[in-house]
Amino acid sequence: MLRRGVRLSYDKTRGAHVLLFPEGVLVPNSTAVAVLELCIGKLTVAEIALALRERYDGVREQDVADIVNRLADRRVLEFR
Amino acid sequence: MRGWERRHAAQRWWGEGPRAGSVMSAEPPLGMLAELTHRCPLHCPYCSNPLELIAKHNELTTAEWLSVLTQARELGVLQVHLSGGEPLARHDLPELVSHANGLGCYVNLVTSGLGLTESRMTDLAERGLAHVQLSVQGASQQTANLIAGTRAHEHKIAAAELVRAAGLPLSVNVVLHRANHDELADIIALAERMGADRLELANTQYYGWALRNRDALMPTREQLDAAEPIVRAATERVRGHMEIVYVINDYHEAYPKPCMHGWGARQFTLAPNGDVLPCPAATAITTLELDNVRDTPLAEIWYDSASFNAFRGEDWMQEPCRSCELRGKDFGGCRCQAFLLTGDAAATDPVCGKSPQRQLVDDILAADGGEPAFAMRGPVERAR
Repeated sequence: MLRRGVRLSYDKTRGAHVLLFPEGVLVPNSTAVAVLELCIGKLTVAEIALALRERYDGVREQDVADIVNRLADRRVLEFR
Repeated sequence: MRGWERRHAAQRWWGEGPRAGSVMSAEPPLGMLAELTHRCPLHCPYCSNPLELIAKHNELTTAEWLSVLTQARELGVLQVHLSGGEPLARHDLPELVSHANGLGCYVNLVTSGLGLTESRMTDLAERGLAHVQLSVQGASQQTANLIAGTRAHEHKIAAAELVRAAGLPLSVNVVLHRANHDELADIIALAERMGADRLELANTQYYGWALRNRDALMPTREQLDAAEPIVRAATERVRGHMEIVYVINDYHEAYPKPCMHGWGARQFTLAPNGDVLPCPAATAITTLELDNVRDTPLAEIWYDSASFNAFRGEDWMQEPCRSCELRGKDFGGCRCQAFLLTGDAAATDPVCGKSPQRQLVDDILAADGGEPAFAMRGPVERAR
């Protein structure tokens, strides 16, 4: 899930999604955005990958896990 | 729609920040530090406000601040730090929070906690406040109140509770110096008890009031040596529930800090009177002519003003910065510090080991400043 205090929104000025949190701003790429948009409930990585396969080709669970871990390292996501 | 893997390969993971290049092309700013007022119930001797405080009658009006927020968002600002002085001293704070949040900004309140009540906290949270940054002066009531110059400590503990009760993330900010360094372990414990998500332990940087009080604030070498293992152990112990950020003063570093990630690159500061500063300390550079939002649109100031273009990119650099391979990383260090210590705002930051003027910093570190008394930050009533 998104850590408390983190917001994902769309910035019209930059034409990009942005992650807003106390320490700064990140501009995630569209792949990360696709993952982040699914980090709202209590889905597991496998469930997120399954949901992404409905919209994209070639989604590997390991790629999703890598993205989730990197976002957790940046303190954007937390595991619950 | 393109396939997942192709997207993944074709796009950078994180957007890169603005680059320092010799071609002057500014990118939109990400953040605005809005100093709503210089009025403050505290008198901390390291206050980052300028020595010449701005009086209440010169502060921007509510309508002017609302316009600044709108202009800032149109310009690209995503993070708004409502600061001061004490921002709670402005009665229009709730209106400004609503407006900034409605525009899509992430709104951070930087506060001493004095003046925060349950009803004000609930109201601000409902209006979309995203985060609270609370200053703490020390671990013991005695030290904390001595530094604050008033009975502030118990209010801060109460304020932290209110922030947590409102469900907002809390950062505790502590400026470290000779008079509170020995309380470091207790300060960390206090932040834990307060329920902070993040604790920023920043050794004093010498600008404004802190520069004036440098001899009294400068920690001893022994204090700095003792601090490191304490911070390291605590960081491990609280991992997962509190993040600790420890910042040492750059006088002790071999290379300068990448100040502001480059001049006029990511963030700007609005002074209470509408002056727009490329750096919160920029009024220190007396040769810099500042523009004001009362006369000039914010976008014009960001992109076209002499002050914001003065040290953008690399063309302004002198040797040794001009040919240094680190110039794109540290941007030559801090312009305000260069001016304050060398008298030339375009000089290499003298904390840099490559600076021909590093001796200035070494002499300050070697000097025994004695035990002078603090010059406490004055009240705004005496300001212009």
